[in-house]
Amino acid sequence: MRDAVVDTSRRRFLTGTTVVIGGIGAAFAAVPFISSFQPSARAKAMGAPVDVDISKLEPGQRLIQKWRGKPVWVVRRTDEMLENLNSFDAVALRDPQSDQSEQPRYAKNVWRSEKPEYLVLVGVCTHLGCSPSYVPDMSAPDVGIGWKGGFFCPCHGSKFDLAGRVYNGVPAPSNLVVPPYKFLTEGKLRVGEDDGVTA
Amino acid sequence: MNAITRKLVDLRDWVDERFPLMSLWNDHIAQYYAPKNFNFWYYFGALSMAVFGLQIVTGIWLAMNYKPDADLAFGSVEYIMRDVDWGWLIRYLHSTGASAFFIVIYLHMFRGLMYGSFKKPRELLWILGMLLYLMLMAEAFMGYLLPWGQMSYWGAQVIISLFGAIPVIGTTLSEWIRGDYVVSDITLNRFFSLHVIALPFALAGLVMLHILALHEVGSNNPDGVEIKKLKGPDGHPLDGIPFHPYYTVKDLMGLSVFLILFSAVVFFSPEMGGYFLEANNFIPANPMQTPPHISPVWYFTPYYSILRANTVNFLWIDAKVWGVVFMGLGVLIFFLLPWLDRSPVRSIRYRGPLFKGALGIFVVVFVILGYLGLLPPTAERTLMAQVCTVIYFLFFLLMPIYTSLDKNKPVPERVTK
Repeated sequence: MRDAVVDTSRRRFLTGTTVVIGGIGAAFAAVPFISSFQPSARAKAMGAPVDVDISKLEPGQRLIQKWRGKPVWVVRRTDEMLENLNSFDAVALRDPQSDQSEQPRYAKNVWRSEKPEYLVLVGVCTHLGCSPSYVPDMSAPDVGIGWKGGFFCPCHGSKFDLAGRVYNGVPAPSNLVVPPYKFLTEGKLRVGEDDGVTA
Repeated sequence: MNAITRKLVDLRDWVDERFPLMSLWNDHIAQYYAPKNFNFWYYFGALSMAVFGLQIVTGIWLAMNYKPDADLAFGSVEYIMRDVDWGWLIRYLHSTGASAFFIVIYLHMFRGLMYGSFKKPRELLWILGMLLYLMLMAEAFMGYLLPWGQMSYWGAQVIISLFGAIPVIGTTLSEWIRGDYVVSDITLNRFFSLHVIALPFALAGLVMLHILALHEVGSNNPDGVEIKKLKGPDGHPLDGIPFHPYYTVKDLMGLSVFLILFSAVVFFSPEMGGYFLEANNFIPANPMQTPPHISPVWYFTPYYSILRANTVNFLWIDAKVWGVVFMGLGVLIFFLLPWLDRSPVRSIRYRGPLFKGALGIFVVVFVILGYLGLLPPTAERTLMAQVCTVIYFLFFLLMPIYTSLDKNKPVPERVTK
């Protein structure tokens, strides 16, 4: 070594730049590892619409159809069930007009459906993703008093009426989601597609 | 010395010239001086390590026959149980081991609370331990998905949805964790990878750091006095004894008793009445149907109760978000203990009635929350969980006050008995 004196500011600069450049390199190298956690192309492609035969559905019955890996329910409501939907008082439901909930425009009504008789819902609780149970009976002692039939989530006790509207004072923040759908014929329903948009 | 012994000593010396064998042995085992007054509560650190070893060995063997595929996973577990030689034993050892792990860890943590083992200078030791606890929860959660039963599936669905409650990034984050829009084969496959490779490595590394930190500051003891303050002419603490042979023998004794109890569960009640292996998990996962009653495995239920207790929207934020926030805080708040506790006294033996009472109430509340988390929610149970959640957090938040006001007893100079 010609000169034994260490130039500390030069050394600090070189250390600093090495750390910064190395850090940038490490951040870029992390991108593929982090991105590979995202849904793959195949997972994204699994979202095609499905057709449901509802011609054999009796009044009061529910049918479960798989769509995008999630359960979709079709409930054929009786007249009594439909009448009950209007009987809730102002504070019983959190979002009775479905203003803060997710549904196609044609389902933003008290029935939350295109045809009042047929209710179509994504059967996944808006709280933490359990699939609520269908409890259509007016008296269900284990669900609680004042029950008018609907859906009860066994995981955290959220309650929904027979239009998928959430009760007040339960953990779920919004009404059950209505997927886009359309009636192909009288007895046939397509979930995942409507005339406006293909979701 | 006979010829064979001499050969072995020569071999040891040969290694020692090339590797710090004897110094590692002495620093961490033979010449590590631990307080001489360890009691029953000091078994659980060593037992946690033993259970960790058991989980690693049984896990390696399970992975030889398990298939991380949504179509095959459930069947492959049944195959291990029925067709693989001794497969049932290896599987039950692993599943019982998971619960045993949490039992010994909770007792180990309770020991730390009782004797003030988290207090200065052991703050970092405590933090490393809490990181181990968090990591263990992740490991247990991911392992529970693998049998692909109904509980596996819906448990994972709920826990991953927790991340979905985070405003703005929630949905993207939960899709990133699942790798899909719902819990699916993709999720199962990645959880398998994390469960058998990533997290065990992280756990092993943290265990090493935890022990290194322990041996740096030295072990606490039931009297909470610092044994390093008083040293004999040989430079060793007056109240210390070498870890080996004294505590290796003690821990072996503890391990023997533990293994008797553990084997009793493995052989006579591996499902433990549905608490260690839940009945619904003997039904293959069905993404279309949540079982009528779901609850997590017992070791998560206190936090699950806290999650469910949040049913009120306030400050313009949904109850759902609060539930997730409080559940997360319920675990993370333990990290702050070294700074929340203002008492000059470590051990419960010399603390005043305020801390003793608070700790007693906390334990009761923790158990009640755990019990409520196993049951389906009703209005009364939710109210009870809400009361217990408030008390749970008050234990921590009021700690600076009641530990300052407490009437402590004088702490002896040296360890007692």
